[in-house]
Amino acid sequence: MRRYGYQGHALIEALHTAQEAFGYLDDFTLRYIARQLRLPYSKVYGVATFYNYFTLKPQGAHVCVVCLGTACYIKGSPELVSALESAYKVKAGSTTADNALSLLVARCVGSCALAPVAVLDGEVIGKATPAVLLERVQQRLGAAQPAEVAS
Amino acid sequence: MNFEELTQLAERERAAQHAMPFQIHVCAGTGCHAAGSEMVAKALEGEVARSTLKGKVLVKCVGCRGLCASGPIVEVEQQQPNAEPASVLYAHVRPEDAPEVVRSIGGEPVERLFLDTNQPFFTRQLKIVLEDCGKIDPERIEDYIARGGYRALFKVLDEMTPSEVIDEITHSGLRGRGGAGFPTGLKWATVAKANPQRYPTYVPPGVQSQKFVICNGDEGDPGAFMDRSVMEGDPHRVLEGMIIAGYAVGANQGYIYVRAEYPLAVKRLRTAIRQAQRVGLLGNNIAGTAFSFNIDIRLGAGAFVCGEETALIASIEGGRGLPRPRPPYPAEYGLWGCPTLINNVETLANIAPIINRGAAWFASIGTAKSKGTKVFALTGQVKNTGLIEVPMGITLREIVFDIGGGIPNGRKFKAVQTGGPSGGCIPEQYLDTPVDYESLTALGSIMGSGGLIVMDDSTDMVEVARFFMEFCMEESCGKCIPCRAGTAQIHHILTKFQTGRATMRDLRLLEELCDVVKHASLCGLGQSAPNPVLSTLRYFRHEYEAKLRSDGYAYGHANGAAEEALSHVQ
Ligand SMILES: Cc1cc2nc3c(=O)[nH]c(=O)nc-3n(C[C@H](O)[C@H](O)[C@H](O)COP(=O)(O)O)c2cc1C
Ligand code: FES
Repeated sequence: MRRYGYQGHALIEALHTAQEAFGYLDDFTLRYIARQLRLPYSKVYGVATFYNYFTLKPQGAHVCVVCLGTACYIKGSPELVSALESAYKVKAGSTTADNALSLLVARCVGSCALAPVAVLDGEVIGKATPAVLLERVQQRLGAAQPAEVAS
Repeated sequence: MNFEELTQLAERERAAQHAMPFQIHVCAGTGCHAAGSEMVAKALEGEVARSTLKGKVLVKCVGCRGLCASGPIVEVEQQQPNAEPASVLYAHVRPEDAPEVVRSIGGEPVERLFLDTNQPFFTRQLKIVLEDCGKIDPERIEDYIARGGYRALFKVLDEMTPSEVIDEITHSGLRGRGGAGFPTGLKWATVAKANPQRYPTYVPPGVQSQKFVICNGDEGDPGAFMDRSVMEGDPHRVLEGMIIAGYAVGANQGYIYVRAEYPLAVKRLRTAIRQAQRVGLLGNNIAGTAFSFNIDIRLGAGAFVCGEETALIASIEGGRGLPRPRPPYPAEYGLWGCPTLINNVETLANIAPIINRGAAWFASIGTAKSKGTKVFALTGQVKNTGLIEVPMGITLREIVFDIGGGIPNGRKFKAVQTGGPSGGCIPEQYLDTPVDYESLTALGSIMGSGGLIVMDDSTDMVEVARFFMEFCMEESCGKCIPCRAGTAQIHHILTKFQTGRATMRDLRLLEELCDVVKHASLCGLGQSAPNPVLSTLRYFRHEYEAKLRSDGYAYGHANGAAEEALSHVQ
């Protein structure tokens, strides 16, 4: 924020930085940003909720984003979503009860030539099929478990 | 840096590259990256270091080559005296293939991976915007300069007045590639003439400019990735276009608005800006002239409507991306109340070639009213999905069947969707229409920013319309009622069709609603939101009719209503 001289137009940049650091934006962060930039809290909250990219809820240990953009949709990405939904008992846009997996949907991640696309913890999986995707997610979840127990 | 230094730098870089008889280009575009090109590049580098060719082969990562579906793509180039280098293209290269590829250098190409560049996918394209994309390393300014980069900037600064630059762009016939096709020269002239004192301004302290240039890299259209590929594969070209635009309209500050969903594009643009500043091509007193120009990046945050120019400005100012009524247009009243030039990434990427080769050259390409080339993201049910650049006036059939290679799995072509959520579907009988702004609009679609999605006969057109309407409903910013409530109602009716509850009245209501939303909405989002529905109604009406309730009646409606509905059909 200092970089932009604590000015109002730095709001979106500030939210980006905060989300990058904390993974999501909680109430405390929003209030802090509002105070620092001398903006009403309502404006900060309004902006944070207007944009899809900002999330106010913490996410699971692993995040799987399935693209529902046009190219992926035509090539069957809804099946990917429903496969994951039923396999992990999680609704699109939310996190499993044990906080292991967040299933999100996106509007085009810009790899349309590889449709349908899913992004698992930042790794792009192109030409995905439900079977492949389930296997990859399972691998991630399996790999994470010991680490979590250890910590 | 002055022009001599630029020429020297270009010479030095070219000499350094010629000292390496061979170059291996590994595509690091998004598609190939996802297919594992990074591992391939590492394997190749390791292999070269171990082989006898060490020191003679340069391995570099380049931008998108276009044929994303066959990634990772690797190109082996051999320098030839006084000619373009000879090159071989390989597709689907895996790290295990590295030894074989390196061994083949200077000899026979590896048959198994060989990709024939004599097929229509390559020969039918004409590359202007993408000419260096896939040839240069996007993270090195020297590479761009070696291929003639920033020459146009020096030509403009040294030899041309701002109005001469604007005249050149006007004569070239370049039109905005962001969707609407507004003549770029005219827009520049308007901003150049605009009086910054006409409206009250509220420029924040620390920003020193009275006019602004904004590069629109929001690319919210799902299914399109042209601007992304340009920003990732050739970022300096966009910067050069912006600096020239700034000089022409009298702005000293530019912003590039990029989606946060494109982290690689953001990173490469940031690197490019830093490099340009370091050699003095950005910043104060560029190339020793009185002209100063700075560029900053602003991140979008996932809102389609922020591609609309007034919403984009609101977003850069730090607020919610809500559009406002025009006029006044941003050209007179834009960012912080100042005259502002907004151009799309691809539009700006065309500037340097026009300055270098002249307006007449550019105007000789394309059709009477649409000049130059257009980059399309070809996706959906076609064999060759990827990034293509074609001259205006090419037919859709050539794009889908020659370049795209037709429909896979023996299926039949049904429609091609252009322009994303604001565009429409074009059926088989119009495939021979030449692609330009006017003819696509006449078909009920738009040029749009360049997404081309091919659908085969398994696609349900009502579902496509519903999909886009759901998108528009969610992305509607909610400021004006026709768009906010209208898109929700249209979506509701389309859902009725999909669940078998729709009646004749619904079909009629649907048409009426589309008309209202189209004409009463505040911004382009609402005005164009009904397009997918209208165009599918126009060409695939039978699919809607087949989904009507089989008894033809609404619940609880008297016969009168049903009869009235039926008479309307006749
Ligand atoms: C709903 C909506 C979305 C838009 N999205 C984009 C976009 O993603 N990228 C873009 O360059 N222009 C987009 N535009 C067009 C811009 O408003 C603007 O016309 C364009 O950036 C002008 O640049 P040009 O003259 O170079 O085409 C959009 C317009 C509307 C109404
Ligand atoms: S539509 Fe899925 S990546 Fe673009």
